[in-house]
Amino acid sequence: MNQIPHHPQIPISLTINGTLHELEVEPWVTLLDLLRERLSLTGTKKGCDQGQCGACTVLVDGKRINSCLALAVSRDGAEITTIEGLAENGELHPLQMAFIERDAFQCGYCTPGQICSAAGLLAEGHTHSRAEIREHMSGNLCRCGAYTNIAAAVEDVLMPRIAAKEAAE
Amino acid sequence: MNRFEYIRPATVADAIAALNETAARALAGGTNLVDLMKYDVAQPSRLVDINRLPLKSIEITSGGALRIGALVTNTDLAWHPDVREKWPMLSSAILAGASPQLRNAATTGGNLMQRTRCYYFYDPSTACNKRQPGSGCSAIGGVNRIHAILGASDSCIAVHPSDMCVAMAALDASVEVEGPEGKRSIPMSGFHRLPGVEPERDNTLKVGELITSITIPEPDFGPYHTYLKIRDRLSYAFALISVAAALRVKEGIIQDVRIALGGVAHKPWRDSDAERSLKGERAGTQSFAQVADCILRDAKGQGDNDFKIELARRAIVRALEQAAAGTPQDQADKSIH
Repeated sequence: MNQIPHHPQIPISLTINGTLHELEVEPWVTLLDLLRERLSLTGTKKGCDQGQCGACTVLVDGKRINSCLALAVSRDGAEITTIEGLAENGELHPLQMAFIERDAFQCGYCTPGQICSAAGLLAEGHTHSRAEIREHMSGNLCRCGAYTNIAAAVEDVLMPRIAAKEAAE
Repeated sequence: MNRFEYIRPATVADAIAALNETAARALAGGTNLVDLMKYDVAQPSRLVDINRLPLKSIEITSGGALRIGALVTNTDLAWHPDVREKWPMLSSAILAGASPQLRNAATTGGNLMQRTRCYYFYDPSTACNKRQPGSGCSAIGGVNRIHAILGASDSCIAVHPSDMCVAMAALDASVEVEGPEGKRSIPMSGFHRLPGVEPERDNTLKVGELITSITIPEPDFGPYHTYLKIRDRLSYAFALISVAAALRVKEGIIQDVRIALGGVAHKPWRDSDAERSLKGERAGTQSFAQVADCILRDAKGQGDNDFKIELARRAIVRALEQAAAGTPQDQADKSIH
């Protein structure tokens, strides 16, 4: 590892779950490590730390990404939503309720990433069937193998929204 | 991860100036570079964060070509209405790769710049000529199930991992770059290179050059195209073999054809001689099998990947059948027709 005399701190601002944070970070700190280690938002999980498992999925400006592969400095100015920010006014997000209702987990470690990913999927509007749910959730691995119930939980929230949208058109 | 200098330029000129150093790297989506830095495979002295540069638009040129800014995300490109309508093979290839999270971060320029997924390249405890020139190739005689069957050398048998680039190769894309010596346009066929004795060079970019956009002429294949990707699991895996195929057929006779292969070589593989041999032939399984044999005439297995030669042969035929029928592969419903 290269030795350098000082560690530069870069000033950045991030709005995380609606709260503005003015921070100074070293340029090699990932968004995932910033959330977990600096801000104690440990709901976002570190699984593989290589962009292969999706456990670290968060929403950045409304879009789901792997926070383990994002350097925090490069997301300066962004709005970030983590699993801790999905509930509103003390009410669980419909996806959170659907995951409970469908028992869509076993150990629960991948669950925050699954739910944030599904929240991104709902916002994208490209998913219309069980096959598309499975394809568009393929970036989130569940080593307990709760996929069937995860897909069912996402479907429970997605399908009424599609029906409501079609009824409105 | 090594320590590095971090620079965030506001203009392309400033970015080029900051990149004019051998160990400087441009940071866009970071989905490959940050990963490689975590493994100490990439150890840049300086990261030039180009995310603030104005390279994020998708435009149709006056000549009807598609011009894609280098920082357009894979997601925005794949779902763009004009791309879905007129460049559907490109959209399909992008959606066949990675995951929605990765595609949301990954950029068009970054996809071109992504590095091989050879296991040895990723493992600094092993010899790899691409990672450390002159150290040897651990994949030759090692575990090489995912490796090249075409265009490999005694120095390197790695393959380029992109899906998007395979479609771009088939569509005769050009890569627009800007550097210390000005602007130039590189045809897709000349952007990535074969390993030869310099496998550390993935492409023909020069030090300090930055990809600014990619241009693709409007194709005239209508619905007669496909992107067929064969892999170890149905989703979220790199291609063992992929085929981008497009055809123009009149009264059963092939007027024009494009065939590009992924997962077989150090670059997206096109063979203009083989494509030419198909023109004037009757479209059908027999002529498709002949062209597959022609493309694979010099194919060479490395042991574990010998199966890829026959797999490629069958995938080419199947892709051409899909293209001829106007039934492109659906990337959500995985059944192959």
